[in-house]
Amino acid sequence: MSQQSAPVDNILELTDLTKRFGGLVAVDNVSLHIKRGEVFALIGPNGAGKTTLFNNVTGLFQPTSGRVVFDGRDITGSKPHQVARWGIARTFQNIRLFDYMSCLDNVRVGRHVRMQAKLWDSLFKLPKERKEEERVTEEAMELLRFVGIAKQANQYARNLPYGQQRRLEIARALATDPKLLLLDEPAAGFTPQEKVELMALVKRILARGITVFLIEHDMKVVMGISERIVVLDHGEKIAEGPPDEVRKDARVIEAYLGKSA
Amino acid sequence: MGLADYGFYVLCAATVVLLATQAVIHPIQFAQVSIFGLTQGSIYALVALGYTMVYGIIELINFAHGDVFTLGAYIGATILGFFAISEGATTAINLIALLLVFPVVMLIMGGINVAIERVAYRPLRNAPRLAPLITAIGMSFFLEGIMFLWRGPATVHFPDILPQSSTTVAGIFFGIKDAFVVVTAAILVALLAVFINRTKLGKAMRATAQDRDAAQLMGIDINRTIAATFFIGALLAGAGGMIWGLYYNTVYYQLGFRSGLIAFTAAVFGGIGNIPGAAVGGLIIGLIAAYSDSYIGSKWTQVVVFGILIGVLVFRPTGLLGMRVPEK
Amino acid sequence: MIRALYARLRLRERIRDRDAAVFGILLIVALVFPIVDIYIRGGTSDVSQATRAGYFVLLAIGLNVVVGFAGLLDLGYAAFFAIGAYTYALLASPQLASSPAHHAVHISFWILIFASMFVAAAFGAILGFPTLRLRGDYLAIVTLGFGEIVPQLFYNFDQWTGGINAVGLIDQPHLAFWLQGPWSGDGPLQIVRNFNFNGDPIAFYVLICILIAVAVVLVSNLYRSRLGRAWMAIREDEVAAAAMGINTVTTKLLAFGIGASFSGFAGAYYAADQSLVSPDNFLFIVSITVLVMVVLGGMGSITGVIIGALVLYFVVFYLIPGLPENAVNLANSVGLGSLTKKSGDWPGLAEEIGRLNFIIYGLILVAMMLLRPQGILPSRVREQELKHAAVQEEETVVEQA
Repeated sequence: MSQQSAPVDNILELTDLTKRFGGLVAVDNVSLHIKRGEVFALIGPNGAGKTTLFNNVTGLFQPTSGRVVFDGRDITGSKPHQVARWGIARTFQNIRLFDYMSCLDNVRVGRHVRMQAKLWDSLFKLPKERKEEERVTEEAMELLRFVGIAKQANQYARNLPYGQQRRLEIARALATDPKLLLLDEPAAGFTPQEKVELMALVKRILARGITVFLIEHDMKVVMGISERIVVLDHGEKIAEGPPDEVRKDARVIEAYLGKSA
Repeated sequence: MGLADYGFYVLCAATVVLLATQAVIHPIQFAQVSIFGLTQGSIYALVALGYTMVYGIIELINFAHGDVFTLGAYIGATILGFFAISEGATTAINLIALLLVFPVVMLIMGGINVAIERVAYRPLRNAPRLAPLITAIGMSFFLEGIMFLWRGPATVHFPDILPQSSTTVAGIFFGIKDAFVVVTAAILVALLAVFINRTKLGKAMRATAQDRDAAQLMGIDINRTIAATFFIGALLAGAGGMIWGLYYNTVYYQLGFRSGLIAFTAAVFGGIGNIPGAAVGGLIIGLIAAYSDSYIGSKWTQVVVFGILIGVLVFRPTGLLGMRVPEK
Repeated sequence: MIRALYARLRLRERIRDRDAAVFGILLIVALVFPIVDIYIRGGTSDVSQATRAGYFVLLAIGLNVVVGFAGLLDLGYAAFFAIGAYTYALLASPQLASSPAHHAVHISFWILIFASMFVAAAFGAILGFPTLRLRGDYLAIVTLGFGEIVPQLFYNFDQWTGGINAVGLIDQPHLAFWLQGPWSGDGPLQIVRNFNFNGDPIAFYVLICILIAVAVVLVSNLYRSRLGRAWMAIREDEVAAAAMGINTVTTKLLAFGIGASFSGFAGAYYAADQSLVSPDNFLFIVSITVLVMVVLGGMGSITGVIIGALVLYFVVFYLIPGLPENAVNLANSVGLGSLTKKSGDWPGLAEEIGRLNFIIYGLILVAMMLLRPQGILPSRVREQELKHAAVQEEETVVEQA
């Protein structure tokens, strides 16, 4: 759904990114880069600072220091809605859907950034606006079909079973036409079957030309779809590389299992 | 320091300078107004504490709190009517009545507030933000409605049973009543401070205010702690109502609405959720309101107070002493 | 295949039905009401009351955009009502002659009603700009404060506004021509030239009905648009809305501004109809009355708030004031006549019932939030509409398979 036309090879570059909350250093001098078109995973024990890192990239938090460069543009400290407009979309660890809106509406909200309707057009239902609404509804339905929940188009989001809610969140994020999709623990609480379906979905997303950056705890999922992995512990990057290397890295094992006596 | 902080300090400094010039030019009037401001401010402080504690623990502006304050005065006035008091005089019966009724009213208001929380706010603790706000407003109207039905729209007389003696020092008029207000308020605030810092329940309140989930994991009964917060807030508000009544000898059903807004401004000014902040804020806002009444004109005081409210919220939301609200 | 088609059509008709049915009923009632009033009740006082109910309907529709769509609690809505009213009053009356400007202004109603709208919207933007990014609680209390000081300021600047003496002798709207006929008891059908409203209750009534109809269409359009969904997204989860690219500050400002313009618009109309404005007409109780209407009717539901407004207006401004008399008569007839007399603290039944407003508002707000937060007529039409559309979707999928 999105075109790559920029000449930059790394779609996301973090340089010495640091985030402090008072005395606590949540993200400590993290540098990494994500190549266009790959699946990049961020793993680490609980509390390692992974979601905080996401939040710094998407503008929910302002980094204390360091730089975030997206598709050649310095977006450090930008506001969330700006970041979305530039092409980064995300899902949330704790699922943040619009509960009392239909699934269709949830996805249509995602289309907000790619619509042109202004106050005047909407107020008087001008033909231009009507056409756009039809188009957007079509596009939203297409996305619901893409993630497999088209039947639920008219259900309130809160009524959906957990697995479908996660998929809805992905559909909504995809509606913003992102170049980079951030998935925060997309497989949390999934059955093994659902995890397999998720991995297939990620592959389909990649096929649309979208780079995927995910946080995930389930090693099967991570190893199954990622091309490169970064490991965070206590806010610091402790390992980086292809899955096979990272899995064998001593520091990584120690971080997860704790120091042996 | 950001631009907003600079602006805040500059404004404070400018106000202080202006007031200082008044103090120098008309010292007696200034002192008189200041005394009045401090007595009013003491009462605002008591009410502000209730707002700040409730906000600090469940992030809700309890719109009905000002009406709890007024209702305390109404109930106090009614109960005092059963004693053989003599107004305008200093008698033993007056004193006994005062000593008995004061704490009783406090406890009654505490109980009422706990009931309100249980019925109107607790069911909505996890509802979207708008719901408890609307309920709080509804509660405020309900209480005002009860007072309206009970004693009508006109002002209600509160028995004048405080000792009448007063003195004039260097041209400044100062009475036992003034001392009563300030001293009683100070005692109550001190008791609160001790309670919050030294008792188990006080610690539980502080913990719940900081991080509800963690507090729960530590075994703290959240419902009980929140109920206790409402109880204590109303103890103070009830006391404030009694004090107001004893000092001004007149109350009306909308008193809480007006005073509530001012007291809330004081809480925000001092730093919302911050208990010392509410006390200090109350005194300062009380003084500012008094100065505004005297030097600018009482028809502008509301505008001044509201201006402070907006100013603080927009430019320095942490207030004077810093805010204490739940993280996340 | 044909059966499926038939079923689909039937369902489609039924969906539109509820909202359309409500509007249809309201329209018919609105048309018939004045005729009934004149011929059966022999007077137009009820029509005037209906017009006053009309302001509240307009106000409720506007506040619904702010509170119901965008989820912003505005407790000072009457402030914009006042601003609209005073804008019209000052610029279409002799008032400014006695002000430091020494020159009265008389601008046409039809221009001023839009000017008032913009002035109110401007103030909405001015107030909203620094405050809309505050938390909901704080926004509520800021709007409350604003609602308090606006009437106070109109009092204070009495050199311009007449303060406590109010602004009177406000100009009336003026039309090139008007239709009169047997429905208004004015004889045969005729076209009147150079019609001055001059307090004509039928004219004001007709105009407010038209304005309400237009308002409903416009707001419904917004509801089903990009902006409407953005508002609801903000109401549901502001963080997620921002993450989806919605500029929450400007979107909230739009809701606030549009709400303010409705209020200002209604204010100008009110000033023309009443021919008198005084700060007393715009106190907190007015803001709360509109809020109760919106909560009662169902936040976010256009039909709901109209019904809520009409019901509450009827109860509070018609039923209850009339109640003392009825209650007194009832008490007398049942032998409880002693209740009606004043004695000691009991002010008599009549007075007592007149005091019920506060309690009623309080109970409605609390009860609605606890028992039926979606209101008496929630916007479930959407749900029905969508449910049936889903059935269609399934059928097409099945057919394609």
